[in-house]
Amino acid sequence: MARHWRAGAAGIAVLGLTLTACGGAKVGDDSAGGSDSSGKCGTFNLAVNPWVGYEANAAVVAYVAEHDLGCKVNQKDLKEEIAWQGFGTGEVDAVIENWGHDDLKKKYITDQKTAVEAGPTGNKGLIGWYVPPWLAKAHPDITDWENLDKYAAEFKTSESGGKGQLLDGDPSFVTNDEALVKNLKLDYKVVYAGSETALIQAFRKAEKDKEWVIGYFYEPQWFMSEVPLVKVKLPEYKEGCDTDTEKVACDYPVYELDKIVSAKFAKSGSPAYDLVKNFSWTNDDQNTVAKYIAVDKMTPEAAAKKWVEDNRAKVEAWIK
Amino acid sequence: MTVAVEKTGKPEKTGTVEPPPPVRSVRKVSRSMVVGAILVAWLVLFVVLRGKQTLSLAAADLTDLHRWFNDVNDSIGANRNSNPLFLYFFNEIRLVIDSLVTFVQELISQPSADRPLPQIGWLGVVGIAGYVSWAVGNWRVALLAVAGFTFLGLQGLWQESMDTLALTLSAVFVALLFAIPLGVWAGLSDRFHRIVTPFLDFMQTMPTFVYLAPLTLFFQIGPASATIATLIYAAPPAIRITAHAIRSVPQTTVEAADSLGATRRQSLTKVLLPMSKRTVVMGVNQTIMAALAMVTIAALIDAPGLGKTVVQALQSLDVGTAFNAGLAIVVLAIVLDRVTTAASTREEAARRSKNRFLTWRRPLLGAGAAVTAVLVYLSHTYVWAAEFPGEGGAGSAISSGADTVTTWAQDNLSGVTNAIRDALTNGLLNPFQTLLTDSPWWLVGAALIALGVVLGGWRAGVTTAVCVGLLVGTGVWSDSMTTLASTVVATVLVMLLGIVFGVWMGRSALVDRLLRPGLDAAQVMPPFVYLVPFLALFGATRFTAIVAAVVYAAPVAMKIIADGVRNVPATTVEAATSAGCNTWQIITKVQLPMARSALTLATNQGLIYVLSMVVVGGLVGAGALGYDVVAGFSQGQLYGKGLAAGLAIVLLGVMFDRITQAAARRTSA
Repeated sequence: MARHWRAGAAGIAVLGLTLTACGGAKVGDDSAGGSDSSGKCGTFNLAVNPWVGYEANAAVVAYVAEHDLGCKVNQKDLKEEIAWQGFGTGEVDAVIENWGHDDLKKKYITDQKTAVEAGPTGNKGLIGWYVPPWLAKAHPDITDWENLDKYAAEFKTSESGGKGQLLDGDPSFVTNDEALVKNLKLDYKVVYAGSETALIQAFRKAEKDKEWVIGYFYEPQWFMSEVPLVKVKLPEYKEGCDTDTEKVACDYPVYELDKIVSAKFAKSGSPAYDLVKNFSWTNDDQNTVAKYIAVDKMTPEAAAKKWVEDNRAKVEAWIK
Repeated sequence: MTVAVEKTGKPEKTGTVEPPPPVRSVRKVSRSMVVGAILVAWLVLFVVLRGKQTLSLAAADLTDLHRWFNDVNDSIGANRNSNPLFLYFFNEIRLVIDSLVTFVQELISQPSADRPLPQIGWLGVVGIAGYVSWAVGNWRVALLAVAGFTFLGLQGLWQESMDTLALTLSAVFVALLFAIPLGVWAGLSDRFHRIVTPFLDFMQTMPTFVYLAPLTLFFQIGPASATIATLIYAAPPAIRITAHAIRSVPQTTVEAADSLGATRRQSLTKVLLPMSKRTVVMGVNQTIMAALAMVTIAALIDAPGLGKTVVQALQSLDVGTAFNAGLAIVVLAIVLDRVTTAASTREEAARRSKNRFLTWRRPLLGAGAAVTAVLVYLSHTYVWAAEFPGEGGAGSAISSGADTVTTWAQDNLSGVTNAIRDALTNGLLNPFQTLLTDSPWWLVGAALIALGVVLGGWRAGVTTAVCVGLLVGTGVWSDSMTTLASTVVATVLVMLLGIVFGVWMGRSALVDRLLRPGLDAAQVMPPFVYLVPFLALFGATRFTAIVAAVVYAAPVAMKIIADGVRNVPATTVEAATSAGCNTWQIITKVQLPMARSALTLATNQGLIYVLSMVVVGGLVGAGALGYDVVAGFSQGQLYGKGLAAGLAIVLLGVMFDRITQAAARRTSA
């Protein structure tokens, strides 16, 4: 028995010596060169809601916070509701692209007072009904809601029970579509695709195979740069025409997308807060970065880096 | 004739065996007639009463119960910083679990304190994986573990994989800490077993989406919530299987120990536990698999790892990247599965192998430990051993391959798949769904209860009645019926596939060996990965959801049926062959009837697995309960409705489980 032990130990010793002799760079050797995150910024917790446009906003803000302000940025992948929950527990500092959500604003800003608004992102959010470009070209009158009934039979699917199918998306989207169909007396049925992925896939296939699809969609959205969907005109939006959700019969308003931060973060004096507050860009800017991520398959960091380097002037205005 | 073969196994008697006792046969005939009568009555009443009292509820409508759930949820959220229950109970739990996960992460996946890299690099982890697999299993699984872990690095997913591994190991560790003692208790006490079973059912069938948001409320956003979500789902198999293991220790052995004067404690630690060890390890195995199945769901509340890669890739419909990460999860699952399975059989295998090796084992173990220590040291110290070298070329090759295959399938198959979809939807799903959703609720309820009584007996009938009542109470009756229709259609497809492939696998060991890795992969591959191609093939429809459910549930049914067919005694089959039966007759008259209990078990499991995919179905156009649950997770004002929908799924599961189990007991009796 002892013999084996000795043989084994000798073998190990030899192996150990050979391996260590190769050496190489040691872990932690070059740590001095890295950007030190111990500046006055500290840690910045940024919620990332699950759509590529938001990811683009977050990537750019995170990049600037990290490289220009020396913050340590924690990006957290969360759905809206959960991200807002995090304001109260101090785990989320900022939501950087908010779509309306008056219910959440009431709950967390008015009632619980854990969050405050931090101004618009500069993006204009459009919601509405869209058709693939081939369809708008082949039947130009389809882009007016009054002609939709004429084509209802073409939009029939196995899911729509004999009526035309109006495809809706992710449950977290703001939607009045069921009420709209009812109040505009359209021969359509709202079918819930259940996710943005399903919606995009449906439109992508419709354009490619010249299929009839009409559905809920929104801008700014990276997919628009791949397939420029055409918006269908609904009865014009007037202030207050959508207050009674049962009786809505008008188009969606143009949303001023805005930023929400936790009350604590707003008072912290962190330079990251000023960055969030000043951050503002156009739909085209966002679509560019979103396209880098979704279509060109760049990592969010690389996409942000590219955009920031190309648009230094805009970035300087945010950090002044 | 078939009965004769089945009962005696002697072909010479086939012609002369007396018919089965008349009482039984009368009851059997009448049972299927009663079922038929119930269905006919239902159809007739449906025609008369169609569209009345259907209890339908629009997507945005709420009932009082839903609003009450909302209020409870809101008040918890508003009071969480002042409530002592939070300050001294939930926060403490969170702290303990958080530190555990962070500790494991700093060990293998995340930069720790002042180091840019984790304490143990890839070389050390691969070394430990190989050594541990060899020590608890054998050299073959050790080789598999080393190859598997290296492959993860080649895929370019080393850090993500280690994050997933860290989270899985922590969740399994905490789960077992509770599950094994609870399982032993449930094994020893009938009463505790009865009490705990409904809770386990609940934990396994309640859709995770329902409790993700509340969990972040209780335990905040971060690894603790992700770990707890995982362990709620993963602990039940360990409890059930441990209890089962304790119960299956032969009574005579326990009595022998008792007669030798062993105390209760002694008979537990010296007899029951050692004898059930093998099965308990199988429970551990199932817990690990269940934990891995939660990886993508946990990513929705910011759990790090492979799940995040899958979810993010899904946002831009990047099938290749999602598949690459999904494959890494499959590789992890297969390695962990084979290692734990080998561990459960090691001692037995070692006893059977030659003695010479056993004397060498101890020094070899020591030497292995020393080598591993050196590897760990190297990976702690040197960059080349800490950071996986290379750019993950295998990963990009895999993802572009997956992309090519998907695009080809989408371009060339969608005509065929659409035809199949329309045929099945119009021919089977739509009529069935109309029957369920357009009948008055009390008619469907009465029919279900009657079927429960006829198929499963009075007790099953009572359970069904309670479930129907509670389903009405949830306020999502109509959605439940829509989901029920899709579920039944999916289960029928699962059983068709299960019987075809199960019999094939049961009859041929080669087919079994060829198909099994594919089945394992289908069970572990996160459904999020194949949603995009399925959407392209079938569109955003209920049928897409059915296909996804079939992919997930069919492997279980196939495995169970294959096992059942294999367990038909060889002598019986030989007897039938010599009596002149051809292959088709052997299958239909001998093997399938004799595997009847396996068939009922397969139906039971198939249904439960299909139900567990309802929420995923909601993401691809199935609507109904699945959509309600997802909506509840996404929108605060729909939270209560989502919770009610989750409860409805549990109720459907319990109802089916009790009916099929009672029916199984009847057929096997």
